[in-house]
Amino acid sequence: MANTSGTPTRSERLLRALGRPLVIPALALVTALLAGAVIMLLSGDNPLAAYRGLLEGALGGALAVSRTLRSATPLLLTGLSVAFAFKAGLFNIGAEGQIYLGALATAAVVRYFPSGNQAVMLLTMTAGAALAGGAWGYAAGFMKSRWNVNEVITTLMLNYIAVLWNNYWIFGKWSEAGFQMTKTFPHSAWLPRLADYAKEIPAFSGMTAHAGILFGLIAAVIVYLIIYRSKWGYKITLIGDNPKAARYAGINIAANTILIFMVSGALAGLAGMTEVSGVVHRLQERISTSYGFSGVIVAWLAKLNPFAVILVSILFGALLVASREIQPSGISFLIQGITLFLIISSDVLLKYEIKWVRPAQETAQ
Amino acid sequence: MNWIEIFRSGISTGTVLLIAAIGETLTERSGIQNLGVEGMMLVGAMAGFKVAYQSGNVWLGLLAAIAAGGLLSLAHALVTIHFQADQTVSGLSLTFLGTGLALVLGDGLTGMTAPVIPSFTIPLLSQVPYLGPVAFANHNLLVYVGYLLVPLSWYYINKTRPGLHLRAVGENPAAADTLGVNIYRTRYLYTFIGGCFAGLAGAAISVAIAPGWYSNLTVNGQGWIAVALVIFAHWNPWRVALGGYLFGVLRRFTLDLQGPRLLFGLANPFFFNTNLVFFLQMAPYILTIIALIWGSSAARKKRIGSPAALGVPYQRGERGL
Repeated sequence: MANTSGTPTRSERLLRALGRPLVIPALALVTALLAGAVIMLLSGDNPLAAYRGLLEGALGGALAVSRTLRSATPLLLTGLSVAFAFKAGLFNIGAEGQIYLGALATAAVVRYFPSGNQAVMLLTMTAGAALAGGAWGYAAGFMKSRWNVNEVITTLMLNYIAVLWNNYWIFGKWSEAGFQMTKTFPHSAWLPRLADYAKEIPAFSGMTAHAGILFGLIAAVIVYLIIYRSKWGYKITLIGDNPKAARYAGINIAANTILIFMVSGALAGLAGMTEVSGVVHRLQERISTSYGFSGVIVAWLAKLNPFAVILVSILFGALLVASREIQPSGISFLIQGITLFLIISSDVLLKYEIKWVRPAQETAQ
Repeated sequence: MNWIEIFRSGISTGTVLLIAAIGETLTERSGIQNLGVEGMMLVGAMAGFKVAYQSGNVWLGLLAAIAAGGLLSLAHALVTIHFQADQTVSGLSLTFLGTGLALVLGDGLTGMTAPVIPSFTIPLLSQVPYLGPVAFANHNLLVYVGYLLVPLSWYYINKTRPGLHLRAVGENPAAADTLGVNIYRTRYLYTFIGGCFAGLAGAAISVAIAPGWYSNLTVNGQGWIAVALVIFAHWNPWRVALGGYLFGVLRRFTLDLQGPRLLFGLANPFFFNTNLVFFLQMAPYILTIIALIWGSSAARKKRIGSPAALGVPYQRGERGL
């Protein structure tokens, strides 16, 4: 955005490219933590104790790191989901609902198409979750392209509907012995966890990080390739940056809107699969503790860059893990809200950059 | 089923949506879309309940709620008007911020009881058959305030000079600027007013219609429904009122559907299979989507649009729309 005077050297450019996406989120997060501390002080809580709990919960030892990775997995997928849609200027606030749909489909696959073969089982579960999330995305995309209905609100409403639909199954037909959950999945439907290899590598014992993070990493590479290395990605970016130009260029915006929403929904749906199959091993209430909404923040902090999404989701994974331990419970929401505000403000403030401009260059402009 | 009671209590719950949506209408008419209504309502509900609980004075609670909603909205105003940030993202962050603030500051309020807004019956009007017992009997004060808000806000927007300025800023800020209307000040003002209304709507839940603090379930998506209602209502207070009350009535109706053993002479499926109730609970959200689709396509047919400058930051000297 900021044009530089002169030609920066290669290393300068590299520093700039790397520095900005990392430094700004870090600064924003630190400021948000400070602001959170002030609010905690005002409400009579002890911020030092809260943040010590936060640090220990997130990074205190290998077990905590493993928990952080476990928590980063759904954030990585929802972050990618939101970033992908937003590249085309579309807001998918429905990742939360798409997670539930993905989880619901995963449980349905396990229930009605069980297989003793872990590879087959996991593959069908993945496909089911992606399809279900994609279908939920399709609904929003269709309404957007057909009636030009505000997708922020439709995706939000679809969230509530998805959660209630999930409740319908776990309270009713799939309820196990009167509890609001399904039977525990057979082991073939579990994503491998680090703890499963504790026999070979004793250090892994008790670690609950699971293979879902690999899904996320692969998805990040695929999203990167689509957006930055494919013709479709070029179209997506054009639709996002300049829809009018895209229309003149003959791009079918309606069809692309639907397609983008489906891919976005599928990514979030996968997060539902990794949660039920990697963490809780059954369908139950509150599979997602607003991972879908945090995905919006992750995507924005990462400036919609898929690889930055990986880093930011780990950062936020730590925050979420830790904030589960600390009181009061709203503190993680608070910090996320402040962080997001700081990020969007910093976008503008950074445009006002101090530059040295030689008079000759000034007249040339 | 007691239809009078369904309509009476529907109007009461609809008042929450009405207040929030009229506030958002004013904000959006100035060209600022604030999607943070849910967050502002939560903060308002928390502040209203907390202050009423601690001071024992419900009116102080109401004031606190209005102030809290208004203050929170200023964050959105600053970021979108001065920093020209994306209004959708800012509105979302406002929801996060509001939810977080409300949960942190509302810690420990669950299960407490606070004084509530008094309810009363209007003497003569309540005698009118059907309408009286529905609209003028045993309602809390805010319901009556809601009745007044609708014509007043309509009159203000469409028939007064400041209302004209408001519309001008939302439709064509560059033209309004050349006429000497201060765009920034106007947008700050109406974003703030919208926040105050949202705060009041939150308090209308926590100290009047469904008294108590139930963390983020207190508002439970009504802020988002209010935003949708504004679009459905084409930024017109009368239609906001119609939509708000309709929503309230339908919400109460779906609750009452679960009660009787017989429904139209048949076995009531919702009574005998309680799991079907989840589908009833989906009703307001599905209705919101239907209302949005209806609102959007009706708007296109009648060529009624959103305020032309809605969501577009204004910067002096830049080419406008």
